[in-house]
Amino acid sequence: METPLIEFRNVTKRFGDRTVLENVNLQIYEGQVTTIVGLSGSGKSVLLKHIIGLMMPDEGAVLFRGKPLGKIEKTDMEASSVRISYMFQDNALFDSMTVHENIALPLRETTNLEKAEIDRRVMARIEQTELGEAAHRYPSELSGGMQKRVALARALVIDPQIVLFDEPTTGQDPIRKNAILSMIAQYQRKFGFTAVLVSHEIPDVFFISNRILALYDRKIVFQGTPRELENFEHPFKVEVIRSMEGLRDELTGLYSRRQFILNHAQLIGKADGETYSVVVFTLEGLGPIIATFGHDAAQEAIKAMGMFVIKHFDAIGGFSSRRNTNEFVTVLPYSDQAEAESILKDFVLDFQAYGIPELCAGDRRPTAADGSVEITVLAGIAHGQPNEDIDSILDAAKNQQKEIARLRCDGRR
Amino acid sequence: MMPDEDRRKFSEGGPGRPLGAFLSGPFAVFGRSAIRWINNSGASVLFFFRAFLKIFRPKQFSKIVQQVYYIGARSSMIIMLVGLFTGMVLGLQMQSVLGNVGAQGYLGTIVALSLIRELGPVLAAIMITARAGSAITAEIGIQRISEQVDALATMRIDPLRYLISPRIAAAIVSFPVLTAMFDLVGILGGYISGVLIMGANSGAYIFRVQASVEMEDITHGFIKAVVFAVVVSTVCCFQGYFAHMRTDSHGAKAVGLATTSAVVLSCVFILLSDYIVTSLLI
Repeated sequence: METPLIEFRNVTKRFGDRTVLENVNLQIYEGQVTTIVGLSGSGKSVLLKHIIGLMMPDEGAVLFRGKPLGKIEKTDMEASSVRISYMFQDNALFDSMTVHENIALPLRETTNLEKAEIDRRVMARIEQTELGEAAHRYPSELSGGMQKRVALARALVIDPQIVLFDEPTTGQDPIRKNAILSMIAQYQRKFGFTAVLVSHEIPDVFFISNRILALYDRKIVFQGTPRELENFEHPFKVEVIRSMEGLRDELTGLYSRRQFILNHAQLIGKADGETYSVVVFTLEGLGPIIATFGHDAAQEAIKAMGMFVIKHFDAIGGFSSRRNTNEFVTVLPYSDQAEAESILKDFVLDFQAYGIPELCAGDRRPTAADGSVEITVLAGIAHGQPNEDIDSILDAAKNQQKEIARLRCDGRR
Repeated sequence: MMPDEDRRKFSEGGPGRPLGAFLSGPFAVFGRSAIRWINNSGASVLFFFRAFLKIFRPKQFSKIVQQVYYIGARSSMIIMLVGLFTGMVLGLQMQSVLGNVGAQGYLGTIVALSLIRELGPVLAAIMITARAGSAITAEIGIQRISEQVDALATMRIDPLRYLISPRIAAAIVSFPVLTAMFDLVGILGGYISGVLIMGANSGAYIFRVQASVEMEDITHGFIKAVVFAVVVSTVCCFQGYFAHMRTDSHGAKAVGLATTSAVVLSCVFILLSDYIVTSLLI
């Protein structure tokens, strides 16, 4: 069995008379995105601070690759901690330093790199996090969102092996929130680091997480995939997950997955033998959009797609949800395949006619140097039978997917 | 009349409180304060030595120069101003007193020796505490409560090396220089008030300054300045660095109280250490 990168064994932490963590056992695996979910003040940040060594457990042990943190040789520890970064909830930026100086600080103080090389690496991170204009400004002159991105850039500038994110999206608008999560996912894939997040952004954070750890009543009560969490019956789910998960996805306005499942259950409960259609859409080409226009633009595209789906399907009695970052699902009650295809045709005509103005117009219009950027929409239709598992119908629809629309923003014209 | 139950409670030291606890209460408070004071004193000494050793690590020079500018160069104007008026007051008072006993010729001796041996190091240290020491505590305290110090630790940057050592080094460099400035300007102030305003003999003043001041006086003054530098920088940095661990308040208020404590404690320790150093040097 794979040895966890980080493991907590019966960790207990007290502050005076108050026990914050009690016999906590958890495993975090290398190369994954692991998210710790729990109510405010439940000890998530305390848990994170044990990983980086800012706090030590009163009882139990934190193991790093199977070795207790306290027993690792100093040289090994230094070698390992070189590659651990921590992004604080309140950013913890140095307010007397500019953005550039803040991001350069870990390189300047812990490496022997030449100034030119440090500048090159810092500017690369500044560009990647879309902070070009703010490089020589002070944190107090920036918006909350920009400060978050500075903290993210500082965490990533040392090319870390493990990055701990303490509520990285707090106080952000839906576009920026999803852009930050998308950025984390993209960097995690690109650099292969192990990401550990503390977040309340449900379900958005589930789209990028491999594993979820549920902290409830001072203990870890669940460890598993987001899909496994759906079948987890525990007071945690009622008190925490449902209180955090809204009726609708903040970014797209579509139903949350839980609401979608409830609507589906209601439909098959009262349809009494009636069939329905399911459409699964996939928005392809977000990678090049991120590379050309940045993460915000990709989130604008996802948001616009959500709006098109609502306009054409939900407006006529359907209900839709986001299944993945770029995957959308719609249920059309009492519809057969022909009706679904007809509605889909209208959708395509509308999509091709209006496009996504936020993406290809104004400041974001690509230049000749950018070349052209394309977004492709794939769609697949499946027929649903009562008492059939929704996920298997969605998978069937996904298998039927073919290209239905293509949107091109061409800078060469 | 007092009911029996109430009388019993009163004799036991109040409602629900045994008499023994009531009587030992003040001693317990005193004992706790003493233990806390001894703990803090020990921690401050360790804090200083750990930070001092890190002065000699790589990448410290530019940070020390920056702090010398902040603690030393930017304090020079206020030091010269206070030194000038201290010397002028000394000149006025001493010219008047010495005139009464017919020893006006010794004005230069009294002004120079009192400034170089005592007033210069002490007043300069108190002025630097007020100007730079309080700012050091507030700055480090704010960095502490806003998790900037923790952020340094997560970036594998030793907060003692990065924040404390340069300030201690800069204080050790700046205090003697500022004390020398204070002394020189003070002697000039004594000349202005004693000679130019009160009419003492100019030649006698300058001659007495030259004749009475020995290298030992200057060395003792500098030793005191270095001791005060260590005391002030350690107290101010320590108070700021542990502002988050205060038991009397939290957050911004803790930083405010830490700053007040830093200034008060620094002044007390300057005077206390002045007495100890003087008694050792004389």
